[in-house]
Amino acid sequence: MAKQYETVIGLEVHVELATKTKIFCGCSTRFGGAVNSHTCPVCTGMPGALPVLNKKVVEYAIALGNATNCQISRYCRFDRKNYFYPDNPQNYQISQLYMPICTNGSVDIETSNGATTIRIHEMHMEEDAGKLIHEDSDESSLVDYNRSGVPLIEIVSEPDMRTADEVIAYLEKIRMICQYLGVSDCKLQEGSMRADVNLSVREVGSQALGTRTEMKNLNSFRAIQHAIEGECKRQIELIESGEQVIQETRRWDDNKLTSFAMRSKEDAKDYRYFPEPDLPPILISDQWIEEIKASEPEFQPEKCARYKAQYGLSDYDANILTQNRHMADMFEETAKLCGNPKKAANWFMGEVLRTLKEKAMDPEQLTFSPKNLAAIIKAMDEGKINQGNAQKVFAEVFTSDIEPLKYMEENGLMMVSDTGAIEKAVDEVLAENTSVVDDYHNGKDRAFGFLVGQVMKKMKGKGDPVKVNEVLRGKL
Amino acid sequence: MEILEMTALELAQNIKSGQLTVREAVSAYINHAKNTDKKLNAFLTLMDVNDEKLNKRIDEVQQGISSGKYNGSLAGVPIAIKDNICTKGIRTTCGSRMLENFLPTYDAYVVKRLEEAGMIIIGKTNMDEFGMGSTTETSVFGATKNPWNNEHVPGGSSGGTCAAVAAGLVPLALGSDTGGSIRQPAAFCGVTGLKPTYGRVSRSGLIAYASSLDQIGPVGKNMADCAALYEIIAGYDSMDSTSINRQVESINCGDAALDGQMYVDKNLRGKTIGIPMEYLAEGTDEEVKSSILKAASLMEEAGATVEYFNLKMTDYAIPAYYIIACAEASSNLERFDGVKYGYRSEDAKGLHDMYKKSRTEGFGEEVKRRILLGSFVLSAGYYDAYYLKALKVKRLIKEEFDEAFKKYDAIMGPVAPTTAPKLGASLSTPLKMYLSDIYTVAVNLCGLPAISVPCGMDSKGLPIGMQLIGDSFDENKIVSMAAAYECMRGDYPCAYDNNGNAGIQNNQEGGCEYNG
Amino acid sequence: MTDKSIDSNKKIDNQTMDNIEILAKLELSTDERKKAMDEMEKILSYVDKLNELSTDEVEPLVHIMPDANVFREDCLKESHSAELTLSNAPAKRDNMFVVPKTV
Repeated sequence: MAKQYETVIGLEVHVELATKTKIFCGCSTRFGGAVNSHTCPVCTGMPGALPVLNKKVVEYAIALGNATNCQISRYCRFDRKNYFYPDNPQNYQISQLYMPICTNGSVDIETSNGATTIRIHEMHMEEDAGKLIHEDSDESSLVDYNRSGVPLIEIVSEPDMRTADEVIAYLEKIRMICQYLGVSDCKLQEGSMRADVNLSVREVGSQALGTRTEMKNLNSFRAIQHAIEGECKRQIELIESGEQVIQETRRWDDNKLTSFAMRSKEDAKDYRYFPEPDLPPILISDQWIEEIKASEPEFQPEKCARYKAQYGLSDYDANILTQNRHMADMFEETAKLCGNPKKAANWFMGEVLRTLKEKAMDPEQLTFSPKNLAAIIKAMDEGKINQGNAQKVFAEVFTSDIEPLKYMEENGLMMVSDTGAIEKAVDEVLAENTSVVDDYHNGKDRAFGFLVGQVMKKMKGKGDPVKVNEVLRGKL
Repeated sequence: MEILEMTALELAQNIKSGQLTVREAVSAYINHAKNTDKKLNAFLTLMDVNDEKLNKRIDEVQQGISSGKYNGSLAGVPIAIKDNICTKGIRTTCGSRMLENFLPTYDAYVVKRLEEAGMIIIGKTNMDEFGMGSTTETSVFGATKNPWNNEHVPGGSSGGTCAAVAAGLVPLALGSDTGGSIRQPAAFCGVTGLKPTYGRVSRSGLIAYASSLDQIGPVGKNMADCAALYEIIAGYDSMDSTSINRQVESINCGDAALDGQMYVDKNLRGKTIGIPMEYLAEGTDEEVKSSILKAASLMEEAGATVEYFNLKMTDYAIPAYYIIACAEASSNLERFDGVKYGYRSEDAKGLHDMYKKSRTEGFGEEVKRRILLGSFVLSAGYYDAYYLKALKVKRLIKEEFDEAFKKYDAIMGPVAPTTAPKLGASLSTPLKMYLSDIYTVAVNLCGLPAISVPCGMDSKGLPIGMQLIGDSFDENKIVSMAAAYECMRGDYPCAYDNNGNAGIQNNQEGGCEYNG
Repeated sequence: MTDKSIDSNKKIDNQTMDNIEILAKLELSTDERKKAMDEMEKILSYVDKLNELSTDEVEPLVHIMPDANVFREDCLKESHSAELTLSNAPAKRDNMFVVPKTV
């Protein structure tokens, strides 16, 4: 009988913090911008330039530590991690090894296999690297330091995950917490959330850990899923064929669905960490931690409970709507502006989520103004637009955040409730369908429906149905 | 009085009173330096008197002095700066091929302070490559010569700075001190130097050798000049996280000259001075020892109490220092990789080859040796045995100094065991060169302020320096004590004659007799 | 934490030197390398002097000043222009630094 294997996975998750400025200098962290325009002597490693720590980074790390049940170190320090690479202008990265800011945390996750707890080994602050641009055509790479020095928090989990589902649930949980705290937008595609996967396999029942590999370059949940499946298979095949798994860093290629060893004799993996002499230590008082706790936002479980109580939403709806804080905030704003929380919830549960899925977008990427969705809901309530047209208008709101009423008018999507126009259409229909009118008078109920249909058709669907009914019945 | 003979404070006074113009002062020094420095090689960059920017600055300062914008004690005074301190748009080389053509994109904090004080930068001074050396011979631009005797070294690494002041090429200059790099060349050149408390002067713009030890400080003809310059550069800078946010008290040494006896009474009577027995141990020249003892008895005469005590950790300071300094240097110098600035090898194949060739060709022997040593002591398996051990010993050394300062106002001793060695005598035996830093490195490990003041001369006519070490932030106390000592000692001779000819002792046996 | 005692045998053998050169990105000539190894050996032997001191109970002293919590507020400062940042670059193109291909 074939041996049964178990996969053991630990994650190193990097999140880019949503501060205005970099971790050690006052340059902007804004995405985009002309190459090397968000740079200064500090973040380009000019001789003589010195780092000064952004206080917000420490506060964000403490907030994230609190939210993941970590112990917050009362005394912590930065260390230098030394390695040569052109995206790293000093050729050392300022990070934390010996005394990280947070340790011993945990988060609870849920998958189809049930609930489980993933322990967090430690969490530390560090600086991001610049960007290397490769052109196939020539022998060189180009370096842009705009991202160099953007603050990162690295969250190192214990090897507590067993399946790709658990890994994704863990990442989603970390992302939800970060987004709720406002410490990071956690966009995988833009690289503001990145995960390195440490994976090993062992026979079921074994307590010892197998040799692990570290996989990098995973920039979507799909790639993570593929990489876990691929690497697991690779390791089992090695073991089955009597070979050894080598402890190494591998690069996942999601197009080729395979990983490559990133080894070279120049990558002597000896970072020579030592305490950063340019940065004094950080002392974190109970009072500081309490202050940060006091400014914590309402987290998902509380928000979910409140939605049920305050808006009368179902358990299911409230849970879905609160998965992303940005979307929850937009829902609440919409509900307030249109005065109808249930209808607002229906729109989010229906059109908003459907459109996100269709466009393969993340709720974090929603950019329309709640007032515009609220305007659509109101217009429907007031009979100014029918369901079908409302969806058309919303599609425009979603992509271009247009003003619904103006758009409806300009594109002739407004319901006609003007009695004169309806009477004119009714008169015409009655004149053109004298036999149907006779049928109606002879008691054929279906005849009325047919006549309404003809009037609506004449009005290109924009007639207010209530008014049309009223006028038609009067005339008959 | 001739311009070149004035102290910096006298020069500023004369400018303020209108006896002299800023242009006259600056031109006198630049012209003198231009002639004399051919022999000394103290300057790596010297401004041209006709330089447009310089002349604009001269006019601006002259007007600023009249309008009261520049009313400080050194307004209008020319100054030279060690070539590891960034000056925007002015070549800053660290004495290295690596930075031969480097033009900083910003000014160091101290440079901004000098400009605000109305001082005029006339040049950049030679140094051991990246500050690594005790003789100024590791500069890729050639050694600087000692103005007292051109066959001897000026000391280092701030040898250019100290030689320039000693030879009267500039009235004041800035150096930096990582393990004695201000004090030791000041002693060898017969000038006065101050290494401030760690964190007193911002390191922003100082190209780092060892970040936890580096400190910028003044070098001048006497204590009062140094104190005036120290007051300008000291103070909190938000760009340096290790800069200390603490009031810098004004130190007035001016009284010393005006009212000698009262000043001596006030600043030496009742003071206790400790001399570590280990600082007079075997290996220290007899002539150096007797000069120090003579200075001690002068201060005793003035009412100070001098005591001998044991500083048992003295011998451990050098090994701890070299481990820590090299470890930090190996990391600090990683940024020199041929990518963003500096030397890049032309014939490299691929990234890592480019790194290796650029660094191997761009750095000199001593720098490479310290980088290798530093990389080794931090590498896997050796970190605890070397680096961590050194940090523990650093604590023991600090605790011993803390204990001593409970008893003494200042600790006194020689700056170096010998006077300036001959050119070429040190480089062949690096370890011996390291050992000569025995009296200076502990001060850096402990972040203490210390002064080097000339206190005598050996039979070859080479200067001897006395060191006064204070507790952290006690600059005021040790500067006043040193100024009081100067009063008792009297004027120290100049290394140049009235015509400004430096190197008067060149090849002369015996030198001048000096009885401090 | 106990102090690891330093081996009294040769500290810098060829393999160690190879490794240090890779870490430090230096590539010494044969002569230079031999000289450097000799000098390093001498210096490291001298450094063994520290083992005379028992430091098992001593906390390492990293920062000499007691100050802590030196921060800046999260406020934007003007950046340098790309031109200035690149003004000393040995090789540049399109406002970027040029390096030998990394992949």
